[in-house]
Amino acid sequence: MANVMLEVKELTTKYITRFGEDVYAVDHVSLKVEEGKALGIAGESGCGKSTLALSLMGYYFAPLHYTSGEIIIDGRNISGMNPDEVRKSILGKEIAYIPQAAMNALNPTRKIIHFIEDVIQEHELYITKKDIYDRARKLFETLGLPAEVLQKYPVELSGGMKQRTVIAISVLLLPKVLIADEPSSALDVTSQKMVIKMLRQLMETGLISSLIFITHELPLLYNVTDDIMVMYAGQIVEKANSKEAVFDPIHPYAKGLMGSIIVPEKGLRDVKLTAIPGVPPNLKRPPAGCRFAERCKYVQPECKVHSVDLRELEGGRTYRCIFSEEQLRKAYQNG
Amino acid sequence: MADEKKLCLSGSGITKVFGIGRQKTVAVDHVDFNFYEGEIISIVGESGSGKTTLAKMLLGLISSTEGDIYFLGQKRDISSQKKKQEYWKNIQAIFQDPFSSYNIFNKIDSVLLDCIHMRGGRKLPYAKKVELMSEACSFVNLKFEELTNKYPFELSGGQMQRLMIARIFLLKPKILLADEPTSMIDACSRATILDMLMQLRDETGMTLIFITHDIGLAYFVSDSVYIMEHGKFVESGTADEVILHPKEVYTQRLINDVPKIYEEWDLSTV
Repeated sequence: MANVMLEVKELTTKYITRFGEDVYAVDHVSLKVEEGKALGIAGESGCGKSTLALSLMGYYFAPLHYTSGEIIIDGRNISGMNPDEVRKSILGKEIAYIPQAAMNALNPTRKIIHFIEDVIQEHELYITKKDIYDRARKLFETLGLPAEVLQKYPVELSGGMKQRTVIAISVLLLPKVLIADEPSSALDVTSQKMVIKMLRQLMETGLISSLIFITHELPLLYNVTDDIMVMYAGQIVEKANSKEAVFDPIHPYAKGLMGSIIVPEKGLRDVKLTAIPGVPPNLKRPPAGCRFAERCKYVQPECKVHSVDLRELEGGRTYRCIFSEEQLRKAYQNG
Repeated sequence: MADEKKLCLSGSGITKVFGIGRQKTVAVDHVDFNFYEGEIISIVGESGSGKTTLAKMLLGLISSTEGDIYFLGQKRDISSQKKKQEYWKNIQAIFQDPFSSYNIFNKIDSVLLDCIHMRGGRKLPYAKKVELMSEACSFVNLKFEELTNKYPFELSGGQMQRLMIARIFLLKPKILLADEPTSMIDACSRATILDMLMQLRDETGMTLIFITHDIGLAYFVSDSVYIMEHGKFVESGTADEVILHPKEVYTQRLINDVPKIYEEWDLSTV
């Protein structure tokens, strides 16, 4: 059994709005990432993917608040830790995060090497600038980025290059877990492919021990991750290995999500995209029963009464529905 | 087949040069195109290939350095503001970023009312206008009652983009130019929006020009595809021709860059 790098047990976090309402954006989420594995998180906008990413770091800013649950990084429990302490000893070293608009995070008045100096000096006090430069150059070369980038200003780089630079900076301290939140959504297909290649490289060269990749583009997840977790309205609705999650989803929402994949392969034009009707529920007042009930094709009256628990299948596969696997499969066959 | 279809928008030798002298950049380089009525056309290329510049020229937002654009067989005249406004009754656009497509000081009602006024409905009784607006909103699965008295920033990105389509539904232009309409929207809403655009095309028979970097999307929606590289159309033809049997290396590269799921995705090419 491989080392567990990140384990999350029943994590719940909430936003408190200006009017004092609680919004539970991450609701009893449990997950486990082993060494050398990549976990993908899929779901539509507003389902809590990014909030989950923020919550995993244990670094809470108002209006986001920690409620309950445990986060264990490589055997160390960081839940409920003081944010200052988290910043000093966890971020960057144990867990690194690439936010959605990462490439806009670079200060346009400073050279790339300055950002690298900033990060390393914060953690290693007595290191010389030359050592930092050598280390940065080595890292950039491993990742296939030209070393000249170090002496450039962010405005001189293209979007894809900036994004890859940010990824390189985020792994400087060899984090155990890297959380990449939509690293490629603002890029065109070619740059996107380079970013994906780089993420794979990071895993292969052992610069990071494990990866959590968040995106709504399922074909990307399929190509990078080992397991895929589908989120809906703050809850996990399905978790399976990538192949099963993409080609053989069980949960009706996951099924709908897979129906929206577009890839340029023969036969695509005859397929009708299955858009899921309706909108996700308002998490200020989550529905009593299944959260997907309002939009589900196969909804039954009892769906709307009690909240639904995760069901576990053989092989560690889980899904959240009142129906059994056979019932759902039969329903899909009948349309 | 081709002579049955009516030519909607065409041009030959369209060029746009930015800057002068040594700093000159040729953004669009002598492109020829014939867009027929009721067709869905995709223009595909990577960032910086001149797709958006071409789109701006088609819309009449910037002038071309060389070449003339013909609209319904006649040379397009946008020399004055009045003529431009007349032209814009026939061509409308949806842009990439729904957040910057709206005037943040105007309520949503006024956005839709403007469209009704533009179609000559200024003198209609208010109840009739509300009816038209509700119809447009229900076409895009929004509820007009929930939107009145709201400002655009109170909506989500997907809702805003759908409201853009509601505008098009009210305006019923001859041509709709969609510049990366789904790139900032998640995969699930993308399917909804594509469905709506295609339904709109079927109902009104308008020409839909789709600009995208995602060749998969282009293949899915369009009848004909134009591939653009460094300001030139390198390949064009029907969607099946271009995407299933690409001739140019560039087209093949674009196809390879889209993530695959049914076969191995070759990452070594970048």
